[in-house]
Amino acid sequence: MSAGKLFMQRRHLIEILTAICLIAVPFVLPHIDAAPNTVNRILVWGLFGIGFDILFGYTGLLSFGQSAFYGTGGFVAAYLLTQAGFPYVVLALIIGMVAAALVGYLIGLLALRSTGIYFAMITVAIAEIFFFVEFNPLSAWTGGENGLPGVPTPSFYLGFTTIHFSGGWSLYPFIALIYFIGIVIALRIVRSPVGAILTAIRENPLRAEAVGHNVQGYKLTAFVIAAAYAGMAGGLLGVMQAFMPPDAFMFDTSGQLVMQTAIGGRATLFGPLVGAAVWLFLQDFLQATLGLGAEWKLVLGVVFVLLVVFLRQGIIGGVRDLYGFVKSRLAAEPEEAVTANKGQMAAGTQAKPLPMRPRHPVARSFTGPILQATGLTKHYGGVLANTDIDFTVNQGELRGIIGPNGAGKSTFFKMLTCEVHPTSGKIVFEGRDITGLSVTDVCQLGLTKSYQVNQLFNSLTVRQNLVISALAELRGKFKLDMLSSLSGTPGLDEHVEHTLELVNLTGRSDTPVSELAYGEKRRLEVGLALASSPSLLLLDEPLAGMSPQERVETVKLLKSISQGRTMIIIDHDMDALFELAERITVLQEGRILVEGTPDEIKSNAKVQEAYLGGVHEELKP
Amino acid sequence: MFNWTNFLSQLFNGLVLGALLALISSGLTIIYGTLGVLNLAHGAMFMLGGYAGYVAYEASGSFIVAVIAATLFMLIFGVLLERLIIRHFYDRPDEDQLLVTFGLSICIVEIVRYFFSSMSKSVPPPSLFSGITSMGGVMFPTYRLALIGIVAAGLLALYLVLYRTRLGLIVRAGIEDAVMVDSLGINVYRVFMIVFGIGAMAAGFAGIVNAPVVSLTPGMGETILVQTFVVVVIGGVGSFPGAILGGLIAGEIISITSMINPGYAYIMLFAAMTLVLVVRPHGLFGKKGRA
Repeated sequence: MSAGKLFMQRRHLIEILTAICLIAVPFVLPHIDAAPNTVNRILVWGLFGIGFDILFGYTGLLSFGQSAFYGTGGFVAAYLLTQAGFPYVVLALIIGMVAAALVGYLIGLLALRSTGIYFAMITVAIAEIFFFVEFNPLSAWTGGENGLPGVPTPSFYLGFTTIHFSGGWSLYPFIALIYFIGIVIALRIVRSPVGAILTAIRENPLRAEAVGHNVQGYKLTAFVIAAAYAGMAGGLLGVMQAFMPPDAFMFDTSGQLVMQTAIGGRATLFGPLVGAAVWLFLQDFLQATLGLGAEWKLVLGVVFVLLVVFLRQGIIGGVRDLYGFVKSRLAAEPEEAVTANKGQMAAGTQAKPLPMRPRHPVARSFTGPILQATGLTKHYGGVLANTDIDFTVNQGELRGIIGPNGAGKSTFFKMLTCEVHPTSGKIVFEGRDITGLSVTDVCQLGLTKSYQVNQLFNSLTVRQNLVISALAELRGKFKLDMLSSLSGTPGLDEHVEHTLELVNLTGRSDTPVSELAYGEKRRLEVGLALASSPSLLLLDEPLAGMSPQERVETVKLLKSISQGRTMIIIDHDMDALFELAERITVLQEGRILVEGTPDEIKSNAKVQEAYLGGVHEELKP
Repeated sequence: MFNWTNFLSQLFNGLVLGALLALISSGLTIIYGTLGVLNLAHGAMFMLGGYAGYVAYEASGSFIVAVIAATLFMLIFGVLLERLIIRHFYDRPDEDQLLVTFGLSICIVEIVRYFFSSMSKSVPPPSLFSGITSMGGVMFPTYRLALIGIVAAGLLALYLVLYRTRLGLIVRAGIEDAVMVDSLGINVYRVFMIVFGIGAMAAGFAGIVNAPVVSLTPGMGETILVQTFVVVVIGGVGSFPGAILGGLIAGEIISITSMINPGYAYIMLFAAMTLVLVVRPHGLFGKKGRA
């Protein structure tokens, strides 16, 4: 299976099924007494939710402030159509959507300065401002607490006849068409390289940044997309009700959207629609059939809490898990084991692939050392992690770094990749001063590292992991190819296949990371760094935690990777490093103790003292 | 002409509101700081405390009994909630914690609505503090004056628990690094349970002592929740002094803007929050690692 197909299985099937369902609804639902207004409302909530799902389900950003954009789009469109006397409904809806997206861009710049819980709180607060602004300073335009009545429905003049979409079922085709367009665009977005990167940001934003993606830019993209969908849905709300209600701006609106998405299932795009259907039909049922008053909301609240506790992925997620469970029970279980074995065997017997070429062949004019650090110092408060380190690595070298625990090795690496910035000192990579650049930019220049503690995209498969890293290499740090398919990215498949072979994971390519053995995860960790085709690769303890057998394999692997590339390896396994490296640097207490060939290091008295605490001296006769 | 009497009176009202917000927010912030859970049901707990006190007042006719009963009830309620539901969410992503506490807040609000209807309820101030007091020509309801003292006593109690007891030491250590506390042999889950109880108790206490000033409605927690978010963002997540300073700032902004134009009170409040976020993204007293 190609890398692209993974993100877009069953292509067009979903679109066709959606179209069929949307067409069938007005013929089927009236027979079960579904009110057309309920159906239309579900579609509006569903459309609102598509954008929110891209933001929350795919990118992992839980906003409790979507009402701000829903209201903005709704009131801009309604104002144009009522107060301003603008005659074109569809155009007004689009203007409302654009306005919401613009507001989303500005709000996103502010709210995305923070993450997680802070982000949730700030979105709540911002949405609340919009509510008050609508009520007070802008009440002359928005009607304040009265809202804007008299929003017209669309009609189209076709030359020979005019189609009116008035209320109820006759408005349904119009709303259904917009929903359909919305879902088709959203499906393209989540299947695009941008969609894959958004998922990676949800899984591990730190690593997404480190493999060379402009995480902040992509988050803002998702935020603006969500705002645009909200704006269009808000406009439709006004059209549907012939009235734009001020409560569109209320916190309850945001809350209901969040709940519907969680009930239906996040990261599914259809979840919000399913959630809205459950919500609104249940409301109708509880109120009309069971004669409950305000208690219906209590029932919903309890259902919601139970769902969050027991069915994390919502209704669609639950159905999908059930389907997967039944399928795996039906398919013979041994088969999986056989495939895994086969994969390993195949990988073992294959001829080693050619080493991947580093991306940026260094300019011919430049012949100096690939990396030159001078006077690197890092202080954390009073703690001196690194002091005045001068460090030079030449083209094509394989350098080892050893040192006792706490010698400042990992801090040193973090400074070289610009993950942390030095207190003082200067780093020059390929003749260019990179001090103070971002980790993303440095990765894009061709300098990256694998982490001491695995930093993987855990819910994705091995192949998807490498795709994320390869995309940064092939597309640069930020590109809005939201509507092109992942498989259309030139060179992606070859690049990923090649990396899979290099780290010997071809047989495991479609296994989720969570099911990998530790040694395999470790190889994938190296693979993620490798897939960005660095010309200088730093490896932070690649052998840590491996069994002796795995170590032998991995040392072989590192040797093959090192061909045609410059590498620096930190490890505690000195035998392995002495075998691999041409030169070794020894760090102790944040300073360089000594530097030399493996043989020089082995016999160096200072090194022995550092590791053995002077025992060497005492043993001398 | 600037109306000084009015200004002083609003300044004072801001102090009352600010102290109240400080108390509720400190509950929210120590829960978040220690457990890592942002409790979206905190506003509902504030409301529930008010109703618990209302029930106790109706039964006993004594305001003191109402305050004690509501406070104890909320402590037990918080502990049970942590034990039964919140505990299962520590290992789950932030979003799930937000979702479940959000769902719980709806359940709490709707249960209260079920038993007490949407009609507002009121608790009269204790007879000791009824009437009006004149301070330098400015007239204040006596209970509002007393409320400052009562809330200050609540904050002081919280401060003593947090800074002068063994439990408080553990809680503050837990805010810095819960894993480390756990590995030092302290049963961190039991501490979490108590902290959640204390946080709920702070909100509930605020709910009942505030009840004579406002009327109780099931939906009253939502506005307070949003305001406490602003307080916590301004003060810095996980910081007790931040919650107090943030609370007072928020209270004064709301009151003083209300004097000029009530419609802009919240807009000014959120503008202040935005300013803090731009200048100090982690709040006035916040630390980078916490949020």
